[in-house]
Amino acid sequence: MTDYTKQIHRCFRCGYCKFPSDYSDFNCPSYARFRFDTYSTSGRLWLIYAWLKGEIEWSEHLAEILYSCTACKNCVEQCPMKFSSDIVDWIVAARSDMMEKEKGRIPPAVTSFLEDVYRLGNPLKERGKRDAWADGIKRYQPGDEYLFYVGCLGSYDEYGQRMARSVARLLGEAGISFGILGNEENCCGNEVYLLGENELFGMLVEKNVQKFKELGVKKIVTLSPHAYNAIKNNYPPVSNAYFEVYHYTQLLRGLLRENKIKPSQYKAKVTYHDPCFLGRYNQIYDEPREILQSIPGIELVEMERSRENSFCCGGGSGNFVTDLLGGSKESPSRIRVREAYETGANILAVACPSCMTMLQDAVKVEELEDKLAVKDISQIAAESL
Amino acid sequence: MTDIYKSLVEIIGEEHVSNQKEERYFYGRDPGLTPPHEPDYVVMPETSEEVQQIVKLANREKIPIVPKGGGLALTGLVIPQKGGIVIDMKRMAKILEVNETSRYVIVEGGVTHGMLQNYLKKHHPKLRHSIPDSPAIATVVGNAVIHGQGRLTQQYGFNSDMVSGLEVVLPTGEICRIGSHSISSQDWFSKGAPWPDLSGLFLGWFGTTGIITKLGLRLYPCKKIRDVMVFLTDKIELVPDIILKLTHTEMTEDIVVNEQPLPPRFKGNIYILIIITGDSDEELDFKRKIIWDALWDLFESRDGGFLSVPADMKPPLLEMPSRDVVRFADVRKGGGFEYSGPIIPLEKYPEFIAKQKELVSKYNLSYAATSRVIAGGHCMMYAFAFTFNRADPDEMDRIRKALREAAQFTVAQGGMMWKPTIEEQEMIMEKMDPNTLKIMKKIKALLDPNGIMNPGNWEAQ
Repeated sequence: MTDYTKQIHRCFRCGYCKFPSDYSDFNCPSYARFRFDTYSTSGRLWLIYAWLKGEIEWSEHLAEILYSCTACKNCVEQCPMKFSSDIVDWIVAARSDMMEKEKGRIPPAVTSFLEDVYRLGNPLKERGKRDAWADGIKRYQPGDEYLFYVGCLGSYDEYGQRMARSVARLLGEAGISFGILGNEENCCGNEVYLLGENELFGMLVEKNVQKFKELGVKKIVTLSPHAYNAIKNNYPPVSNAYFEVYHYTQLLRGLLRENKIKPSQYKAKVTYHDPCFLGRYNQIYDEPREILQSIPGIELVEMERSRENSFCCGGGSGNFVTDLLGGSKESPSRIRVREAYETGANILAVACPSCMTMLQDAVKVEELEDKLAVKDISQIAAESL
Repeated sequence: MTDIYKSLVEIIGEEHVSNQKEERYFYGRDPGLTPPHEPDYVVMPETSEEVQQIVKLANREKIPIVPKGGGLALTGLVIPQKGGIVIDMKRMAKILEVNETSRYVIVEGGVTHGMLQNYLKKHHPKLRHSIPDSPAIATVVGNAVIHGQGRLTQQYGFNSDMVSGLEVVLPTGEICRIGSHSISSQDWFSKGAPWPDLSGLFLGWFGTTGIITKLGLRLYPCKKIRDVMVFLTDKIELVPDIILKLTHTEMTEDIVVNEQPLPPRFKGNIYILIIITGDSDEELDFKRKIIWDALWDLFESRDGGFLSVPADMKPPLLEMPSRDVVRFADVRKGGGFEYSGPIIPLEKYPEFIAKQKELVSKYNLSYAATSRVIAGGHCMMYAFAFTFNRADPDEMDRIRKALREAAQFTVAQGGMMWKPTIEEQEMIMEKMDPNTLKIMKKIKALLDPNGIMNPGNWEAQ
């Protein structure tokens, strides 16, 4: 990427970044939440440029605007300009720059997120054992085919743990040789990278890569699309270390195709929410859908905004903890569950522990718990066995 | 916290009011070349009643108000020249009703063209509206207020001609209904005729006489098939005659005349895009034949011909809105363009092209000249469009000079500047018949006695 300071003025603020491709609704999560133009991508780019030129000073409000971006890449998808693929990188670079130059003046929730990752190895303030969820699941040993990288939410969050157990069960049923790192696992750093804390991200990469190499890991399967994205795309430029990385949905699809997993009847109307770090970041759209469609009895219905046009749950870039977009009926997760409910589905399927926690909370606030269950694809597949 | 801020919060809630630097910075600018000026407050109402209360507050306190839609006029029309309150209308985003039989839609003041386009496609596929070339975030009301144009302008006139009714919050706070629904609240089929057309008190006034909170808009048949033909000529002087021949056929949806230096293969040629529509291949074939026949003599004299348009070139030409339009802002890798868009009689097209080339060479600029035929050929919009790099103040300054010169040329030629900057408005009013100007002043004084509405615009000295 070219130096963002020399490029960022190229935004014309045409506003296509606010929409999905069919203009059906606003598709930038922070703009949908706050509705001031400043909270759209063009707002951010113009404000960053103003800060670079010294036309505006750093402020708490500027920081809030900057960090409320979930890095969902809707803008990258929709911007008609040639530089579109660089937009999120510019925002991340500016965050990093500001972190340097405006030390200590980032939103407290972001500071706390980063400190917790540094001190505890997770952003969830968890001091307990990372493997408390993993009774009966073996630790990775040299010679195992896959390292199952569970991540922070999979290790500590109640819903994430359920997902992790389902994936482990499915891999076990299929006879895959795998193991987890257990208490030796550390944060993947995807959000740390997006929040612009390069130094901490570098430390995490170094630590993780060292551990992977120590154990002779060649193939990694991740629970979270965030970890998948980080290890696949963000680790190599920092560490020059390349691993064969899969998201569990990629593996699961193969296992279903090869009949290593045989689901039985599962009567449900399901709509699937594309996680940004699987979809827009890594173009994995078909695998999760194929898994759902291969389970007999499932009727898959699409939300109005799906695949490249999917509406982010609002959890990216650490917002599943920092919650800068919460507290309103226009919070992205609440908008998204209402959209899911409108399809007539009784299950909202996810493939990401961050989306899971965001949408679970939203379903409760929207009082849709009895009508719309939020389930991970691995849970649905495991329940169908 | 000031009292004004407190009062605004009381009206629409804290989440929808800002007096913070970041909002004031962003809403104090547009993507064009007009120098910035920041508002004191930015607010986002959701209902007509909220707008009404804000206006009453502003009128009582004599605070300027600037209503803002997409903010894409490029000529600084929503830059709050005297500070005050910018009202971002985009939370008023409901499409209230579509009347399929009488073919009109009623929208709130912040509905975007993109959303209306999507809504019609989904729920009323036989209907369409005139989609402008501005980005999808442009609002239907904003576009009407500047007498915008769109893909149906060649057939039906300016997009403001398609308005079928208004609800307006007057500068003194009354909510006023304009058109057929002034006597029958459900019926929005006419904005005025056969009675005095009061919509003229608001359309073209750039929000200086009231805030449009609801708007009725005519819809038109959405044909099943659209296609594009491209006629090419290197004889600029023949363009008016070509347009006359094309409009005589009454077979075209849209006619756009392009002249641009890049890519190099375009240089020296005029490209006339002719959009045709139909419900069957037979209908389209028939239209193609009529259009071919109309221009056959030019083909025979070797003064022009139809370009064979490859299939992969057609989608961008037919796309609505056209994303290519905004890509012009990145030609100089700089995020900016602005144009002066005079409405001119057809026969003056060659003179305007000549003037543009003179300006390009004098100020060393990157340009495109795009013109759209209006209402069957009585006039056309000619765009002196220049792209610039926002990080290059010298280039921006040269373009300001070129646009000023273009405006002076336009006024001298008797052209009417479209969405003129404040400086251009002053040029126009200086040349205007004094009695016409007097009427404008009277209207403004009558409707906005405290001069709070978008001050600086249409302000006769």
